[in-house]
Amino acid sequence: MLGIIRTIWLTFLHLFHRNETVQYPEVKPYLSPRYRGRIVLTRDPGGEERCVACNLCAAACPVDCISLQKGEKEGRWYPEFFQINFSRCIFCGFCEEACPTYAIQLTPDFEMSEYVRQNLVYEKEDLLISGPGKVPDYSFYNVSGLKIPGKDKGEAENEAKPIDIHALMP
Amino acid sequence: MTIPPLLIIVVTVFGVLGVAAISTILERRLLGFFQDRPGPNRVGPFGLFQVLADAIKMLFKQDWIPPFADKWVFLLAPIIGFLAVLLSFGVIPVTPSWSVAANWNIGLLFVFGMAGLAVYSVVLAGWSSNNKFALLGGMRAAAQMISYEVFMGLSVMGVVMMTGSFSMADIVAAQRHVWFIIPQFLGAVIFLLAGIAETHRLPFDLPEGENELGAGFHTEYSGMKFGMFFLAEYAGVALTSALIATLYLGGWSGPLLPPVMWFVLKVAFLICFFILLRAALPRPRYDQLMAFGWKVLLPLSLLNILVTGAVLLLRAGA
Repeated sequence: MLGIIRTIWLTFLHLFHRNETVQYPEVKPYLSPRYRGRIVLTRDPGGEERCVACNLCAAACPVDCISLQKGEKEGRWYPEFFQINFSRCIFCGFCEEACPTYAIQLTPDFEMSEYVRQNLVYEKEDLLISGPGKVPDYSFYNVSGLKIPGKDKGEAENEAKPIDIHALMP
Repeated sequence: MTIPPLLIIVVTVFGVLGVAAISTILERRLLGFFQDRPGPNRVGPFGLFQVLADAIKMLFKQDWIPPFADKWVFLLAPIIGFLAVLLSFGVIPVTPSWSVAANWNIGLLFVFGMAGLAVYSVVLAGWSSNNKFALLGGMRAAAQMISYEVFMGLSVMGVVMMTGSFSMADIVAAQRHVWFIIPQFLGAVIFLLAGIAETHRLPFDLPEGENELGAGFHTEYSGMKFGMFFLAEYAGVALTSALIATLYLGGWSGPLLPPVMWFVLKVAFLICFFILLRAALPRPRYDQLMAFGWKVLLPLSLLNILVTGAVLLLRAGA
């Protein structure tokens, strides 16, 4: 009986406590840069698409929400289309982990409600941003050994000249 | 100065409706504060237009009668419940000159009669829904109200014995020197508990039984028919508060302020107290509630009558 009265009294005292509520649309919460929110596709410092359509993100995705089609242009691979179905996405970040080129990145934006479910399927033009995202200096084709127009084998950063295996010199 | 009775009736009806509507927003705001959050505060100043938004929503929701229900009883049940609460307000003296029938010499009995009718609303709603969960909710409500109405009536007998009248106006007049909450404290507490159970308020809202993921006796109700149950509950809270204020807190009497202010203040305080109880206490189990009613509160209320009677006899004899 005393316990009940004490409970009532303590609950009454809560009238004079401060609100814990964050007035969300007016007061935005701070989200760290590594927050796993909306997914974007980034470009390398030269402005080219980073994505090389290797399909690793789609393979890593546990809910199969990513689908893409590879295309090829002057020795470079790129996605002909790239769709993420955000009504399925669980924002686990596995795609970001799997990506060898830092192309796919998760951002702190989480405000992506829609009235129509179909609008949650983002196409490449919705996903592709103009900047390099969280990794400003990385350009996959500049460090990879792949030969592309304007860059021969062995000309990439930190790459040794290819060894001529037919020569006799050590 | 005599006020035309028709005016009193109309104003009382709309007053009760207004109080019930305002109680909904007041409850949500206060519950918010008790739980360290602001509650609804978006629509209009201080969230006051939330009432309007709720009303619009309730009026335009699909009002559906299930094909398996007993149509006429289904329609009648919420009306009975709402009317029973509304009619009870007639005997409450708001001020010395403002009430529909405060001088009625069976005023208090009339209130209990109406409270008895309210049981029909709940039971008929549960039965006519033709749905097991609604029926179970209605049965629980009936059992709860049967066990609580017994000592609800007995607990106010102390007041009636001290006043010597069932008329509400006489009861208020008898509290000129001391409010009945002091000589009749036990009766006041028992009446408060019974009043909570009577209006299905938390912590005694067993008829609604969320345990079975149904809404109890009004599982099948929608739109404005549900709204009538909803408003009847809040009107019931206001009625119980008004009854406690009249029977135990001196009604409209008080110094300085005009009588109507005192009445409103007391009722508002009690409504807030009801909301506080809701925020603070967990719901007891069904059998615990019944056992508490029959084994504790009923003997206590009988004891209250016994002691009050003995004291009155001693005084009369001396």
